[in-house]
Amino acid sequence: MIETRGLRKSFASRQGREKKKVEAVRGVDLDVAEGEIFGFLGPNGAGKTTTLRMLATLIEPDDGTATIAGADLRSDPGEVRRRIGYVAQGGSTWDDSTAREELVLQARLYGASKSDALARAARVLEGFQLSEYADRKCKTYSGGQRRRVDIALGIIHEPKVVFLDEPTTGLDPQSRAHMWDEIRRLRAEGMTVFITTHYLDEADALCDRISIMDNGEIVASGTPAGLKREISGDVVRVGLPVDAIPAAVQALSSYKIETYDDHVRLNVEDGAVAIPQILRALDAAGVPLGTVELHRPSLDDVFLTKTGRSLRES
Amino acid sequence: MKLLRDTSLIFNRQMQLLLRNPIWIFVGVFQPVMYLLLFAPLLKPALQVRTNAEAYEIFVPGLLVLLAIFGGLFQGFGLIAELRAGVIERSRVTPVSRVALLLGRSLRDVVSLIAQAIIITLLALVFDLRVFVPNLLLAYLMLALISLMTSAVSYGVALVVKSEDALAPLMNTVAQPVLLLSGILLPLTYAPGWLQGIADWNPFSWAVNGTRALFRGDLGAPDVWQGLLIMAVLAVVAVAWAAREFARSVR
Ligand SMILES: Nc1ncnc2c1ncn2[C@@H]1O[C@H](COP(=O)(O)OP(=O)(O)OP(=O)(O)O)[C@@H](O)[C@H]1O
Ligand SMILES: [Mg+2]
Repeated sequence: MIETRGLRKSFASRQGREKKKVEAVRGVDLDVAEGEIFGFLGPNGAGKTTTLRMLATLIEPDDGTATIAGADLRSDPGEVRRRIGYVAQGGSTWDDSTAREELVLQARLYGASKSDALARAARVLEGFQLSEYADRKCKTYSGGQRRRVDIALGIIHEPKVVFLDEPTTGLDPQSRAHMWDEIRRLRAEGMTVFITTHYLDEADALCDRISIMDNGEIVASGTPAGLKREISGDVVRVGLPVDAIPAAVQALSSYKIETYDDHVRLNVEDGAVAIPQILRALDAAGVPLGTVELHRPSLDDVFLTKTGRSLRES
Repeated sequence: MKLLRDTSLIFNRQMQLLLRNPIWIFVGVFQPVMYLLLFAPLLKPALQVRTNAEAYEIFVPGLLVLLAIFGGLFQGFGLIAELRAGVIERSRVTPVSRVALLLGRSLRDVVSLIAQAIIITLLALVFDLRVFVPNLLLAYLMLALISLMTSAVSYGVALVVKSEDALAPLMNTVAQPVLLLSGILLPLTYAPGWLQGIADWNPFSWAVNGTRALFRGDLGAPDVWQGLLIMAVLAVVAVAWAAREFARSVR
């Protein structure tokens, strides 16, 4: 549904007198399949928005090619525009308009007739649970309501692909959960959804596949589970009395094991399967048990392995 | 066809938002009325004319051109607010015509300027101004062209500089010499030769002369068609340039 090869963009930025070149995106290859929620995970300044703006025809790439919903970005941006929806990071509603007015105008800009536009507006207002506020000015909305209007604006013309730039940033946990449901609903309706986020849990829970971006480059791509599996399996940490450690090491000799003062760590493929076996082996060897903890790698561990930094810190 | 449709969509939305805040009518009319009441009476002796009507014949067209220029030049501020709100970016990802994004807005500015001009003309009638309706309509056409041009320029510049802080001094710097050198408030009839020489290079000076001729009832004066032609050409150039700025793919 989206295929990019070698997308690049740099900006000339001025710092005082000095002119500097910021390489915002340095050669991005992406393959997004039809009907999936694809996530772009990366810290601030990674180049997520710049990539999205290129794909949405707002800025021209310096180099590279892209096909979106079958239309070529370079040779036919007009057709790309007809097939996509785009929701900017900073929102796009006007304080003094109402949600319904904005939606009707947006539908009409995409070519809908007046009656069709009104019907579409009513439908998405219903779908996004906005009917109640539809005729109030946008400046009176809460952050979550306003964000829902933004997204409704992006999909009113039923595009094949919709780009959502940080759809949940600034929302409280409950509104975020709601937004995730909305996004899953879009997928259920057959849309391909491309979101950016810097939330690990969002990428993990919501996205079918993700690409991790850092410093203008994609450092890893895959399903969240696959990426985590790739870097390391699960870690089981078993707490033991000091004098029981040698016995434990012997009993668990078939595992990859590291010993510490008061515990051992085992690298296993799947912790849920391994824990009962470990416990049984220790029990059989008569090793007195302390505590057992399972640590599953997070996407942050993936980011850490690929970039040497933690996403939480950057 | 698509251009017409898109332009009317943008225009209608902009008009709707404008009418929602009718305060602008008050603001837009209050100042010119002050000029009419407080400044114009000084003119009769200064211009060495015999009647009030004659003074207004000279002053009112100048005032209207002034409003058209300034009204247009400061429209860019509204656009910067729209840029900041993301409204422009949202329009630019749709297939809407880029020319329509500009024209819809500029036409709103033209309409509001003409509304303002009509109110001022009506008030001036109270002060004994007399003008033929066909001439008046041509004068309004001149005003429409001026405001179309200046608002397009303002939008184009706003898209380039993207910040109020840069737009305000820029527009003031442009507007001031244009104003002084066009004989807008006082005709340059008594100006020294060198000043008139410079003013000949100021397109707005031609526009003012044309508008004054129309108010004077001198439809056949070359000033009229020359002024209209110059303004029409400049308006087309300004619209073409500003529409390109709307289309340009930069942040
Ligand atoms: N118009 C521009 N001019 C100059 N530099 C720019 C411009 N747009 C983006 N950049 C720079 O490009 C880099 C990538 O920015 P981008 O907005 O794509 O990051 P991002 O991943 O979306 O970050 P965030 O999570 O903060 O939204 C940044 O260093 C940014 O400063
Ligand atoms: Mg961003």
